This record gives sequence, C-alpha cells and structure tokens, in this order.
Amino acid sequence: MEDQSSSVKVIPADKKKIQKIWKVAGFLGAITAVEFVIAFTISAGDAKTFLFIALTIWKAFYIVSEFMHLGHEKRSLRMSILLPLLFVIFLIFIMIYQGTAIYDALNV
Amino acid sequence: MAESAVVLEGKSSAAWSGGSEPMKASYGKLMMWFFLLSDAFTFSALLITYGFIRFSHPAYQGLISEFKFSQDYWPVPDMVFEAFPGMHALGIESAPLVFVGIMTFILILSSVTMVLAVEAGARMDRKAVEKWMLWTILGGLTFLGCQAWEWSHFIHGSDISKNLEGIFQGAGLTYNQYGPPNFAALFFFITGFHGFHVFSGVVINFIIFYQAMVGIYDKRGHYEMVEKSGLYWHFVDLVWVFVFTFFYLV
Repeated sequence: MEDQSSSVKVIPADKKKIQKIWKVAGFLGAITAVEFVIAFTISAGDAKTFLFIALTIWKAFYIVSEFMHLGHEKRSLRMSILLPLLFVIFLIFIMIYQGTAIYDALNV
Repeated sequence: MAESAVVLEGKSSAAWSGGSEPMKASYGKLMMWFFLLSDAFTFSALLITYGFIRFSHPAYQGLISEFKFSQDYWPVPDMVFEAFPGMHALGIESAPLVFVGIMTFILILSSVTMVLAVEAGARMDRKAVEKWMLWTILGGLTFLGCQAWEWSHFIHGSDISKNLEGIFQGAGLTYNQYGPPNFAALFFFITGFHGFHVFSGVVINFIIFYQAMVGIYDKRGHYEMVEKSGLYWHFVDLVWVFVFTFFYLV
C-alpha cells in the first residue's frame, strides 16, 4: 500500500497552462464587470437587452469551451452536445410569441 | 495519396465498431455530458417559462426613479434586488445588484479553482487536487450562504413605503410585495432549482475531495473523477450566468 502511493509520480505544473486558466478567469470577471456597468449606465431598451444577451453568450462560450474543455474535444462530441440545443432557440421564439398573444388577449 | 485515404477510412469505421472510444472521451465523461445536455434543457425550459410569463404581463412604463411595486405590472429587477447585508447600518439606502454581482464572482472563482483541481489531477498531484477542491467547496458553500440570505430577505420583504398597495410585506407562494405572484413563484423555483444543483455539487465535490485524500485515485492511476465532477460544477456556474442575466439584469 505505502510504496504504491509513494510510487505515484507527480508531473510538474506547466506554467503556461495555468496562466491561460487565470487569463480566461480574468476575462469572465471583466465581462461580468462590464455587464454591471451597463446595468447602471444604459437605460432600458432593446439595445441593452441585446448587449446583455450577447455578453452572456460570450461568457457561456468561454466557460464551455475552455473550462469544460469542449472546444478541445473531438468534433463529433462537440456537435452532439451543441446541435440538440437548437431546439432551445425554437422554444424561445414560440414561447415569446405565445406570451405576447396571451398579453394581447388579456389586455384588449 | 490514395493509400493514405484508404487507411483513414478503415480507421474511422473501425472506431465505431466497438472496443475503442470514437469520441476520444471515456464512457463516464460522455454520460456526464449527455446528462448536462438534458439538464440544460430543463434550465432552458425554466428560463423560457420566465420569459413567457413575463411577456404575458404588462411591463412598467414610467420612469425608473418613480418606480413603485405593484401587482399590475412586472417589477424592475434592480428595484427588487437592491439589498446588501448590513447596508442600513452603513447608511446606504439601496445597492442594486451588488450582492448578486458578488455571488456571481464567487461562483466564477470557484469554477476557476475547479479547473485548477482538474489540471492538478491530470498531473497526479494529490496535494494540489486537495487544495483546489477545498477552495471549490468553500466557494460553493459561500454561494449557498449568500443565497440563503437573499431568499430570507426576499421572503421578509423590503421597505413597505416602496409598495404601491402597501398591504403586505415580503413574498411567499401566494402573495408578493414586489409584483405579480408569478414573479415570486418563478424566483423561488428557478433560483431554488439552481441552488439545489449547487448543493448537490458541493456534496459531490466533497466526496471527490475525500476519495482523492485517502488515495483512491492514486491507486486507480488516474484522476478522471475530478474531471467529471468538474464538468458538473462548471455547468452549475454556466447556468448561473444565464440566471443572472435573465432574472437580474434584463
């Protein structure tokens, strides 16, 4: 038992790899900070909503691609995770349409 | 040229006929990915339901500075989530989104420490895995504590003078100081469902930490379990990024 665990060889850390992790982390923090600034400087409207959604998707891309490592996986794995999410986009549009229709029906 | 093409073709068909990993990911990692995909559908459905219900209610039309809570229109989130522990003692009247912004930073940071744990695991560095897993668990627990505070504040309510109706204070499942009752129901459901994911994530991370500490992964010869729980933990962070935008910002 003992010599088994002591025989485990620790590979020294690759500085570049760790630097990259912190760089991505800094990016995510910076985007959140920008969102925060936008929340108080730009008045509500379509432009603000659009900016928020764009920044969110940008952040999501970094998390999924770098932290979850999906960007470095095989194409077949990437596609089998990403393509099914197209259904979500479909659902967004029908539900917003439906919600507006209900609003119109209730507030004639 | 033709030869190499033939070889490649043979390889790719062999890859799918069993005995190998055609997607270059182990069974466990693949299943974690597909579980996360299904979980992504669940959370998308919840957030889209939020949009659906919000769009079926009237929006607030007036000036933000004159905003008052009313059952007649959907509240402006900045006005609802503007409290911070101990802010009245410091003489601050309102601190919109500050607390939830800090929660977001905490979760992102705990995601970073998780990546560092995975990286250490790939190098068979047990000491570093233990250290970074502990930081991740600590981040998760801090987030849960913040959420508990936020829920408690939401339920007990804020300054009644901001309420147009002025009948009751706070929010529950059937009444809501801040706006239509559905707003509170969605808040409890979506952040609660996410918070439960964070809670399970902390439990899973603790199990992984324990197993690493007693040397199970050293004996096994790899730290892939850290990678799998890492995928789950990043997903929890990812969901929060969307909840933050669609519940608090937009």
